[in-house]
Amino acid sequence: MTLPGTYVLRRLLIALPSLLGISIVLFTVLALAPGDPFGDIVSNPNIPADVAANLRLKFGMDDPVAVRYLRWLTAMLQGDWGFSFASRIDVDTLIMQRLWTTLLVIGSSQVLALLIALPVGIYAATRPYSLFDQVANTLTFIGFSLPTFFTGLLLILVFSIQLDWLPFVYRSDISATGWRFFWEHFRQTIMPVSVLALFQAASWTRYVRSAALDVIRLDYVTTARSKGLKERVVIMKHVVRNALIPVVTLVALQLPAIFGGAIVTEQIFRVPGIGSLLISAILANDTPVIMAVTFVFSCLVISFNLLADILYGWLDPRISLR
Amino acid sequence: MTERELRGLIEAVRKGSITRRQFVGTMLGVGIAAPIAGQLLMHAGIAQAQPASTYKGTKRGGGGALKVLWWQGATLLNPHFATGTKDQDGSRIFYEPLAGWDTEGNLIPVLAAETPTPANGGVSRDGKSITWKLKRDVQWHDGKPFTSADVVFNWEYAADPATSAVTIGSYKDVVATAVDAYTVRVDYKKASPFWADPFVGTRGMLIPKHLFEAYKGAKSRDAPNNLKPVGTGPYKFDSFTPGDMVRGTLNANYHMPNRPFFDTIEMKGGGDAVSAARAVLQTGEFDYAWNLQVEDEILAKLEQGGKGRVVIIPGGDIEFIQFNFTDPWNEVDGERASIKSKHPLFTDPAVREAMNLLIDRDSVQKFIYGRTGIATANFVNNPPKYRSPNNKFEFNVDKANQVLETAGWKKGSDGIREKGGKKLKVVYQTSVNQPRQKAQAIVKQAAQKAGIDIELKTVTASVFFSSDFANPDVYTKLFCDMQMYTTTMTQPDPEIFMNQYVSWEISSKANKWQGRNVTRWTSDEYDKAYRDAEGELDPVKRTALFIKMNDLVIQNRVIVPLVSRPRVRASNLKLKVPESGWDSDFWALQDWYRDA
Amino acid sequence: MVAPVRRAATVSLTQDIWRRFKRHRLALFGAVILLVIIAGVAIGPWLWTVPINEIDFNARLKPPSWQHPFGTDDLGQDLFSRMLYGGRISIAVGLAAMTIAIVVGTIIGAIAGMSRGLVDTFLMWLTDLFLSLPQLPLLLLIIYLFRDSLKKIVGAETGVFIMIVVVIGGFRWMPVARLVRAQFLSLREKEFVEAARALGASRLRQVARHILPNALGPVIVAGTIDVAAAIIAESTLSFLGLGFPPDIPTWGRVLFDAKDYLDTSPYWALFPGTLIFLTVLSINYIGDGLRDALDPRRVL
Repeated sequence: MTLPGTYVLRRLLIALPSLLGISIVLFTVLALAPGDPFGDIVSNPNIPADVAANLRLKFGMDDPVAVRYLRWLTAMLQGDWGFSFASRIDVDTLIMQRLWTTLLVIGSSQVLALLIALPVGIYAATRPYSLFDQVANTLTFIGFSLPTFFTGLLLILVFSIQLDWLPFVYRSDISATGWRFFWEHFRQTIMPVSVLALFQAASWTRYVRSAALDVIRLDYVTTARSKGLKERVVIMKHVVRNALIPVVTLVALQLPAIFGGAIVTEQIFRVPGIGSLLISAILANDTPVIMAVTFVFSCLVISFNLLADILYGWLDPRISLR
Repeated sequence: MTERELRGLIEAVRKGSITRRQFVGTMLGVGIAAPIAGQLLMHAGIAQAQPASTYKGTKRGGGGALKVLWWQGATLLNPHFATGTKDQDGSRIFYEPLAGWDTEGNLIPVLAAETPTPANGGVSRDGKSITWKLKRDVQWHDGKPFTSADVVFNWEYAADPATSAVTIGSYKDVVATAVDAYTVRVDYKKASPFWADPFVGTRGMLIPKHLFEAYKGAKSRDAPNNLKPVGTGPYKFDSFTPGDMVRGTLNANYHMPNRPFFDTIEMKGGGDAVSAARAVLQTGEFDYAWNLQVEDEILAKLEQGGKGRVVIIPGGDIEFIQFNFTDPWNEVDGERASIKSKHPLFTDPAVREAMNLLIDRDSVQKFIYGRTGIATANFVNNPPKYRSPNNKFEFNVDKANQVLETAGWKKGSDGIREKGGKKLKVVYQTSVNQPRQKAQAIVKQAAQKAGIDIELKTVTASVFFSSDFANPDVYTKLFCDMQMYTTTMTQPDPEIFMNQYVSWEISSKANKWQGRNVTRWTSDEYDKAYRDAEGELDPVKRTALFIKMNDLVIQNRVIVPLVSRPRVRASNLKLKVPESGWDSDFWALQDWYRDA
Repeated sequence: MVAPVRRAATVSLTQDIWRRFKRHRLALFGAVILLVIIAGVAIGPWLWTVPINEIDFNARLKPPSWQHPFGTDDLGQDLFSRMLYGGRISIAVGLAAMTIAIVVGTIIGAIAGMSRGLVDTFLMWLTDLFLSLPQLPLLLLIIYLFRDSLKKIVGAETGVFIMIVVVIGGFRWMPVARLVRAQFLSLREKEFVEAARALGASRLRQVARHILPNALGPVIVAGTIDVAAAIIAESTLSFLGLGFPPDIPTWGRVLFDAKDYLDTSPYWALFPGTLIFLTVLSINYIGDGLRDALDPRRVL
């Protein structure tokens, strides 16, 4: 493997212009996309037409796209994330208000999904077509055949309405203190986290199983086995390590979502996360919010994919990236 | 009821030979809405007795938490920037107007000491000037006194174009003057039959001068109190997450005795209407839910949960189908649906008449909207005084076939009628919304039986209802043959509502499709009736004019009204809420309480 | 001299794969289910002639019966004929979009994985870009830019179909590309590839005969997941006005319509849910069978 230091440095240097390029594309798409933030105002007969025109002028929306992009870029470089049309406050305040909830809910669901997918997938791969494998397979197919809007509703019907065990409206500011605070938070987090984790775990399990299955068949595993190594050691040392390459790829693809949120699930359980902020901003055509969220999201995409590339080298030292 | 009889009755109330309540009852009996009955009396100079409040609380506080669910959360809390009802409702927790509308359309004083009337000198004889007397013992949440300077400041703030307040329409053409510390006079440019707009209801909420004075005009967006309201309302500001949660705690210095009942209020946002209904009706997690645009069948099933009930509040909103009178498929002078063109099919009255017969309003009500949408033949349905008695609707496929046959539209080999090489094929669009898609299906099936082929089209609401003039799918362009949506009536007076058919409001390229007349139908008769109504101070004559306008639109089949849509809310069984179809849900938040 | 030998080898390889595939019982089972479903939606509407949009208010929300094998929805429309009709579109969209995602993803991933330096960097930048794009505004933009012009060129139905398939496929190839690239990075350094390289195998041959077959595992998994995702995504698109008109009962759409009646009429959601599940299941078993059959080292 070549010296990772120079490789990482080079990739980081490339990341800057690529981010700039992505930001230009994002901005152009948003500027050209149909819809406008003051639709409500224009269609309301009680509001004179020039109010919307004034607002457009005030927020500089009638300037050419290039001018608006440069204005956004210079502001962003100075740490100014923009100003929301819909809420008339700074975008970073809006995002910070929702960041912790998003990290908590989406983050724990991803961890949970990984904790399910890795052991189940590997165990199923070591015994292909066994009873365990078949059951796990069937469950995973059900898992990704059913969309989250459906499983979410199913959980609500069972656990909130039939059994009355769990609340289904998420509240980020619970007034209780001490243990009760944690208990209440735990109770309301169970359903959104499970819905997301099960959906994610279903597909990850399939990938892990398939990756492990591929590796188990490769020559060197057979060699290791024939050398008389214990099955457990073979699995842990050779199979898991190599099977992790696709898993690392997938996890890196999925991790930015911890920031981006999960739109459908947040909507169902009313989790005040960044996903629901994004969707309401999109529906209200609140471009500064959309731009800020997607831009941070793309920063994360780039850095996690870079991280994945570095991890490949560590998982399989023969991989050389130059 | 003739004009003369009406005047007789009003006189009887003045002399005291019948009570106000009896008068309103009589009016309701002949189809005149209570708000209008109230206005009739008010105009005739008869002061209204303050309706008895239903509030039964005996002390301030002690009611615990009030939890309400708005499936679109408030995004801002400055009432002068509040565009949607969600923002107006969020602001109304903390801010109050001089007066609000009750569900009968009575003007109820809030920060005013009394409602202006001709009798108490509040309304001038020429209808050009209104004098408000303010309550004297009101404090802002920070302890500063509320005075006429605050009222005048709100006028200056909203009327300044640089502030970009969405309330500007109510304030720009009036002048507010402080007569003394507790009296404000509002002068109108011309005689105003409907004067109760500035300082009243959702556009009348008042912000404190001492906190916003420095942020009038171009700096309005920088005011720190845009996010931290300091008002006069029953609850003080606690915290706010845009789109998610508004929280308030009891205002110990509230200006009405023994109010409010609840210690805290939480207004949670987000999610969808069905699950909001579940949270109130089935699990009781929340006390009250807003705007439940859900099929009634689902609501009725959820109601069996036994925790709450569905509340239906009559209003003026209407779901209707518009026909295009211009040609949306060919450009004239570089403009689709140009006013110079004629629609190839709908300019034939027989086709519009047939469509009118093919729309099964009873089924749309019975199987889709239920209690939440009442089948109607009129464009103006509320207040009931404006509801025309002259129209009926009918669903009759055979008759529609006959009408088309007589007019020369013959069925081709594919079952679709045609005449002169033009086939009866139309595109019918609406926004993405489940009940609307079902209504589309019902119309399409009936039309098929009459040899009309309908192509259904849906546009996502954020595009359909936007003002983006580059997009062809915006509803004000009507770049298709027919479309369906709900138009809202925000005041108990139809003047603004009825400008949707006047010739100077035609939506066209020249006004960037921001005109209100979307069908592009015009009529000199209609224009004249509208002009007359604008300056008519006699409420009875004015009412007759609005009924005439309604009938012109209906009988020419410019549009087909489907259902009148009342406000639909869900409330806990024990919660007592004074509702109103003409003001914010929170118009009387101080009177909300819970039975033991 | 060389050419006939090679052709003989290819023929026997194909036969060999088919022989191996046939031995894979689950794969055969999957193929049979999928064929039954496809045959059902292809000829079903000819046999079961109840119209899909016949509204009957007297037969609303009826559970399954002989008259309505799958029951009726809240307008009294026959769900069986709706499922048959909608299945054509759902399966076609699912398979076509999956194919686009897999083919584009594999090609980009393979090129990036085999080449180094600038090409790899650029392709991964492109992948990152597509991953970052906010889908909703972009979809609205696409509808706005292309819907009407596409309709004019190829007609309403084909136009909508092409757009949906391209949009869904175009938003789902990125994970495949990254997965394939990662597999390639690892595989191209493995002994058997080095051996082939040492023997003078061309680059294309290295990829086609040695690396790609071993990289197919994640591709096949991605393929099955994408079929399910595409069927569901189609219904989401119709809420943006991009999908088929609202009266066309695709499986995803029926499932969505059914959700609010889940507690009172569960059968309504059961049928589309089960059919999507069975389709995904069978495609996956076929994929597993293919992969095993393609695996040269596996003795069957």
